Amino acid sequence: MDFFTQIINGLGIGSIYALIALGYSMVYGIVQLINFAHGDIIMVGAYVVFVVLVTLNLPLWLAVLGSIIFCGLAGVVIERVAYHRLLVHDAPRISLLITAIGVSIFLQNLFQLLFGSDAKSMPRMFTFSPLQLGALQITSSTLLNIAVSVLMMAGLQLLVNKSKIGKAMRATSEDAGAAKLMGINTNTTIAFTFGIGSALAAVGAVLYCNTYPQIKPIMGGMLGLKAFVAAVLGGIGSIPGAMLGGYILGVAESLTNAYISSNLTDAVVFGILIVVLLVKPTGLLGKNVREKV
Amino acid sequence: MSVLETKNLGINFGGLQALEDVHFSINEGEIIGLIGPNGAGKTTVFNLLTDVYMPTKGVIELDGVSIVGKKTYQITQNGIARTFQNIRLFKDVSVIDNVKIAMNSEMKYSVLSGIFRLPAYRKEEKEISKRAHELLKVFGIDENAHDYAKNLPYGQQRKLEIARALATNPRVLLLDEPAAGMNPTETRELMETIMLIRDKFKIAILLIEHDMNFVMGICEHIVVLDYGRIIAEGSAEDVRHDPKVIAAYLGGE
Amino acid sequence: MAGMTKKKIISYVTNLAIVLILYFLFYFLIRQGVINSYYSDLINMVCINVILAVSLNMVTGLLGQLVLGHAGFMLVGAYSAALFTLHINLPLVVAFPIGLIIGGLVAALFGMIIGIPALRLRGDYLAIITLGFGEIIRVIANNLTITNGAKGLYGVQSLNSRQNLTPMFTYVFFIAVFVIFINFTFGTSRHGRAVIAIREDEIAAEASGIHTTYYKLLAFVLAAFIAGVAGGLFAHQIGIIDPSKFDFNRSVEILVMVVLGGMGSITGSIIAAVVLTILPEALRDFADYRMLLYSIVLICVMLFRPTGLLGRSEFSLTKFVDKIKSGGAKKKQNVGKEG
Repeated sequence: MDFFTQIINGLGIGSIYALIALGYSMVYGIVQLINFAHGDIIMVGAYVVFVVLVTLNLPLWLAVLGSIIFCGLAGVVIERVAYHRLLVHDAPRISLLITAIGVSIFLQNLFQLLFGSDAKSMPRMFTFSPLQLGALQITSSTLLNIAVSVLMMAGLQLLVNKSKIGKAMRATSEDAGAAKLMGINTNTTIAFTFGIGSALAAVGAVLYCNTYPQIKPIMGGMLGLKAFVAAVLGGIGSIPGAMLGGYILGVAESLTNAYISSNLTDAVVFGILIVVLLVKPTGLLGKNVREKV
Repeated sequence: MSVLETKNLGINFGGLQALEDVHFSINEGEIIGLIGPNGAGKTTVFNLLTDVYMPTKGVIELDGVSIVGKKTYQITQNGIARTFQNIRLFKDVSVIDNVKIAMNSEMKYSVLSGIFRLPAYRKEEKEISKRAHELLKVFGIDENAHDYAKNLPYGQQRKLEIARALATNPRVLLLDEPAAGMNPTETRELMETIMLIRDKFKIAILLIEHDMNFVMGICEHIVVLDYGRIIAEGSAEDVRHDPKVIAAYLGGE
Repeated sequence: MAGMTKKKIISYVTNLAIVLILYFLFYFLIRQGVINSYYSDLINMVCINVILAVSLNMVTGLLGQLVLGHAGFMLVGAYSAALFTLHINLPLVVAFPIGLIIGGLVAALFGMIIGIPALRLRGDYLAIITLGFGEIIRVIANNLTITNGAKGLYGVQSLNSRQNLTPMFTYVFFIAVFVIFINFTFGTSRHGRAVIAIREDEIAAEASGIHTTYYKLLAFVLAAFIAGVAGGLFAHQIGIIDPSKFDFNRSVEILVMVVLGGMGSITGSIIAAVVLTILPEALRDFADYRMLLYSIVLICVMLFRPTGLLGRSEFSLTKFVDKIKSGGAKKKQNVGKEG
């Protein structure tokens, strides 16, 4: 039964990776950019919750909502300030990558200066009794993580497939030029995509803080990287892929932790990344996008 | 024996049969035209010949030897050179260096030789500099030898791309819409230049073009593609009057 | 030397003269104690950073690939060289240069191991993989007994003595000059041209007969070798090395030098390396803000002047002088027309 507990726990943490991976995938799908700064948005989200909840002592719902809105806006602002100009002028790949790294480093160091580099403790936010299925016990945080992530993904699928803006997102991902000719405002669509991705990251941050209640300015680094590996594993650019990759990575991490060694989890994550990139770079559910010759 | 030959060449892109049963052969010194409406698969043929895509079936032979599966740079080194529909020059590189880059596979001096400017470096650089200038002169762009390729006017950029392809000493030259965007004078000039290089370098040329005067003017044999299949081939006269060809271009009826 | 124009000969001689003048000037000042150990250490770090920046420029500027784990090659070279000189029973005068070469070779080996799989990938993925390499190698160094884990190696000796600080300076200066020289000559050789072609248009480069995988690997491994040598110099310069000195921040510092100076410009990398070694020392009080400032520099350069200070061109003294001369001549012409 212990094995199944590990699997369930893995799905729990994997849900968080999945939520964050969605942001990577959506942005990559629409502008073919790995947003290095995405991981640090999680950190921003966590600190907003901290400030609202602990420093300002305001109610939990306000903290969560505030974090989501703040991160969503932050995503849009970052896109506008750092990436927009380069995207519009068709800048070479390497310029976008460098800017993305710059934003990531900026966020980490800014928050380090604002809040200090030591870890801050978060209070438990959501507590309810664990679920008991025979000998299997599922903790409240795991339940919450899985439930929220499934809900979010369903919502996102609805948004992308049934709404007008979702259509615009899909069109811009396929062919930005054609989308523009069809009257779609690609600039707004791209900004919106960044915003949604960042808002989802905030949700992931809230869940993460609930599961591991300690935050530091550098937390976005490894967490973002793991979510990135999840996105690549599932197929970057694919929304279901991000979820699938997240769950698989979570379970892999959980099993490594339990049966091999907790020191090696980071190595396993990198290992998965290397294997995927060498064997099938487009991931499990990804599409092969060829350069037109 | 023909220089380049394909038999039953086909490629399937995830359910879409982009090319089917494409066959042709080119002999040394021939200029063959590949025409057809947009989307017929002409550039795809080039991409198959140069390993941008792997054919799903069929045979490609250069001097009787199969080149399917060889890498692009190997195919170029074996003797097939190409230009691109959307001009792919090395933009931030000088005109003459664009040509010199294409001569890399013939040069032999080592990295150490290059770094320490040993005699092998000097000798070979001198030789290819001379050859590169001569090649540029054939196309009339030698005066711009040290300009950046991106600063050349469009017509000269197209010529530079052809010069660069020639620099690889090919047996077969694949030209993808070489006259695109040129005015009648430039087009005529290009026709003469192509015939000149055919005579001078004894190569076979396969070209894609939409300019019918150009095609009819220099191609001895023409292959017509539509929806990935050959619908007609023959001399300019044959093809011009073929009802299937007319229908393909005008859309039937 | 046959085949060289008068202009080229003048240019070579001028550059040689500048190098020698600089060397002897600093040599004299250091030997006489006018420049004390603090400043001579700074000068040595400038040279080491120049070597690092120029080597990264080979991959990021010449080949056009973003590499985020360059400090990892430095780490490998540093430890290899230091372990060699610490444990081999040879006089330091002999062991040191051999150690440096060993450092370079080991780093080159790692370059090959990483490069062969990684260079097949798209730029974004290559960046992540090199980032991962930098991190993994640091974690390994932190956990191996041979590298003494997080405590690192100490007691790494330099050829300097209390009375004579010039030996280390001589090494770093001339290695820097040599590295600059071979970067220039490589860049203008057929191999350098091939690498640039790959940067400009990889598909067209393949179509022009260039074996792109080979040349990508060549540039990558050369850059790794040089970074390894720089690491070896660094280890013997500061005497104590531990993995934290070769972390991601270090990789970013070198990247900022290359980006600011102009990706593809060797002289740009040199100038930026000099400035960005001296400035943080001068602004020691603002050390906390350093990475923040660097990140802003990266973003601003990309947004407003993506080609960096010098873009792809090189600063050349003779060209500079020519420009001033022809500027004057033009003025005379214009005056003549009006008058």
